Amino acid sequence: MIAELFVNALISGLLLGGFYAAISIGLSISFGLLDTVNIAHPTFLVLGAFLAYILNSEAGMDPLLAGVLMTPLFFLLGLFIYSVYYQFFEKTSAEALRGLAFFFGILFITEVVMIMAFGVDHRMVSAPYANGSLGGSILGMELSVPYRMLSVFVVASIMTLGLHLFFSRTFFGRASRAVHQDMLALSLMGVDPIRVKRIAFAIALATCGVGGALMIIMIPIEPAVGRLYIGNVFAIVVLGGLGSISGTLIAAVLLGVAESVVSTFLGPSWSPAVSFGILLGVLALKPSGMFGVGDTR
Amino acid sequence: MSEVLLNIENVTKTFGGFTALSKVSAAVKKGERFGLIGPNGSGKTTLINCISGMLQNNGGSIIFDGKDLKGLQPHQRTKRGIARTFQIPRPFHSMTVIQNLQIPLEFVSSSGTSQKNISEEAMSILEVMSMEDKAHHETSGLTQIELRKLELARAIAVKPKLLVSDEAMAGLTGNEVDEVLEILVKLNEDGMTIIMIEHIMRAVMQFSHRIICLDAGQKIADGLPEVIVKDPAVERAYLGV
Amino acid sequence: MSLMRQYKFEIGCLVALVLAFTMTQMGLNRFVFFAGFAVLQYAMIATAWNILGGYAGYINFGTAGFLGIGSYTAIALINYSDASIVEQIIAGGVVAGLLGLGIGYFTLRLKGVYFAIATLALAIVVETIVNNWDFVGGAAGVSILPARNPELLGVLVVHKKLGVFSNYKEFLFFLMAALTIMSVWIARTIEKGKLGRGLNAIKDNEEAAECMGVPTLKLKLITTTISGGLMGMAGAVFPSYLTFVDPPTAFNLEFAVNSLAMPMIGGTFTWLGPILGAVLLGTVQQVAIVTISSELNLLILGLLLVIFVIAAPHGFLGWFMKKNKR
Repeated sequence: MIAELFVNALISGLLLGGFYAAISIGLSISFGLLDTVNIAHPTFLVLGAFLAYILNSEAGMDPLLAGVLMTPLFFLLGLFIYSVYYQFFEKTSAEALRGLAFFFGILFITEVVMIMAFGVDHRMVSAPYANGSLGGSILGMELSVPYRMLSVFVVASIMTLGLHLFFSRTFFGRASRAVHQDMLALSLMGVDPIRVKRIAFAIALATCGVGGALMIIMIPIEPAVGRLYIGNVFAIVVLGGLGSISGTLIAAVLLGVAESVVSTFLGPSWSPAVSFGILLGVLALKPSGMFGVGDTR
Repeated sequence: MSEVLLNIENVTKTFGGFTALSKVSAAVKKGERFGLIGPNGSGKTTLINCISGMLQNNGGSIIFDGKDLKGLQPHQRTKRGIARTFQIPRPFHSMTVIQNLQIPLEFVSSSGTSQKNISEEAMSILEVMSMEDKAHHETSGLTQIELRKLELARAIAVKPKLLVSDEAMAGLTGNEVDEVLEILVKLNEDGMTIIMIEHIMRAVMQFSHRIICLDAGQKIADGLPEVIVKDPAVERAYLGV
Repeated sequence: MSLMRQYKFEIGCLVALVLAFTMTQMGLNRFVFFAGFAVLQYAMIATAWNILGGYAGYINFGTAGFLGIGSYTAIALINYSDASIVEQIIAGGVVAGLLGLGIGYFTLRLKGVYFAIATLALAIVVETIVNNWDFVGGAAGVSILPARNPELLGVLVVHKKLGVFSNYKEFLFFLMAALTIMSVWIARTIEKGKLGRGLNAIKDNEEAAECMGVPTLKLKLITTTISGGLMGMAGAVFPSYLTFVDPPTAFNLEFAVNSLAMPMIGGTFTWLGPILGAVLLGTVQQVAIVTISSELNLLILGLLLVIFVIAAPHGFLGWFMKKNKR
């Protein structure tokens, strides 16, 4: 019985991990590669989720299709936010903490606007793959996987691996990595580092389109839920080692499994403590992350 | 002049798999003007970070004034008499020039004395630097040479036995280099031991009693300036032959 | 005369305290005390936040955590014992101060950004624990009945006819005024002293400060303890003021935003900044909640924070002083 619970928790934890990777990867790019602490990232994911909800409930659009369609919008929003951030904080080499306060303000504004527009009720979407589950009996254990988690996992994996390849294989991807280490070398190569950063940040924010759609397929959403995900995404990005996309993947799966096991055996009300507890632990013990060689600046 | 003030023994520092310093040894005598040279990335700054305590060495020991520095935080080392400047000046930018000096004066040398004494002391240090007219200026308006001198003034304010000057002359004109050199020589004549890290060869050759050269984390030469300058290993390190 | 000038600030504190007391004896409308308490509490929280955030440059996103732990310490005391409100405040301060010391010890070796994230994480961990702790009400919340006819040191404090204060709201208002004045006094003492100068050096350049002999870790730990402790004290009064507390109220993110926005809007470099910010922003919010809607009020708060961070990085006072200089 315990073994059955455990295996079930393990499987859903793995799937949850895929989802976590998809919502963390944007932050892994903006925080890890660009040193831009976009603390509002999870709130933009929630915004994406609500937009997917509107398109789904008002126009009957498939939430994943909605997510894809929203991607360019979030890309533009990213361009805009980075331009403001660059103009007022990075360019003037203002204290990094003022930039953080800026993003914190953005988080708060976005959240309040969503509350005003959508209220504080939980919303969800309908899609053919959002119901039912795949079940079976293996080694005498009854296992069951909801289709909704399975489909989220598949899409999340495609998105994460695609971005991983993009950032490790293309010229632009390598340039974004270099921006972190050596701005001068890039300028000498004729690449405008600011442009690279702006586009990379926009890509990071663009993940909130599909990421948000995945979020609302996964769980019912209300405007303030983004805050709870701050713990998850920062824990994953820091645990994975700043700027390491593959590290982010591993960390996401670990966190997913840990949360799933804790919520199975202790109850779901404890699950926020898992991610934030892990985050605190990592920050206290090994801030350079478990799977990367990031620095602690 | 023969007593050793700072004894660096087999100091090793690694970052992950990268060895930045490998068993470096050197002895700096009391009152000595000690030059530290080497190409970029040779480990000079890592070595002085280990001395000042900003990094902890993984191997070997650093003995200052007869006591092992192991495990001591930078501020504790400062209190024991080691002061340093930074390669890129790091003024306290929200304070005026004189307030910049009040920090080390208040926290190290004259704990317990009044604010009035501290200001007077700060003023006299600024006079040594011939910067007294800038005392109440913001640091943001300072020129390159003034920033360098402020960096030095702050280090002197802790009344160190050992001053580690990390490229205090980078980016200065010829005349300005001479001005800083003059200050350093004067401090040395008043009894301060000085380690100079410098890229400007003319300055370091003219200033130092003795020089060591690092390359790729290892000491490759140790001797009088006129010997070092002819050393084939040093030449190879610099020219990459 | 010169003695008066020397103790100008202390005299000002005393006058403010007497003024607050006089207000409670004038039989004013209850709403004055209800709203006034909120503004004062914000002034205290903003002042506490600024000791760490403004002087040392370490941003704390976890104000709600410190405040909440202060509130719940008070609730636990009320449930366990018949501790007076003064004892609740002291306990709340001690527990939150210890929390500040702990988080400081674990995370202050990290640079600012990580510290900020860690404080946010801390707030949510504490909230989760309280959510699951049924003794203090858990997720459902808990009602507090103010003590009937409470006495302090043998003096009847609240009684309709015979007490020093005729109702509880007036008493809490006065108590909050006293706490706020104490916090401001502490902040100003730090600012004008060696600790404040050391913290400023840390804010400007931590490594240089350390090399100039400033014991940075020690100063930061002292500061997180004081700052956290004051927040806890402000939180400990909260249950008596609200009479009903649940985790979403006690750990509201609004506290974090306000405690950060108020000093930034007023000016972070001096004790006057957070007070100014709290009075401005706090009053606007109290009025806005009544006259407009509470959501719109929050939107204004967020917009003001962003605008000030962008346009007036040294807050109202910084902008004002710069203008005067020219």
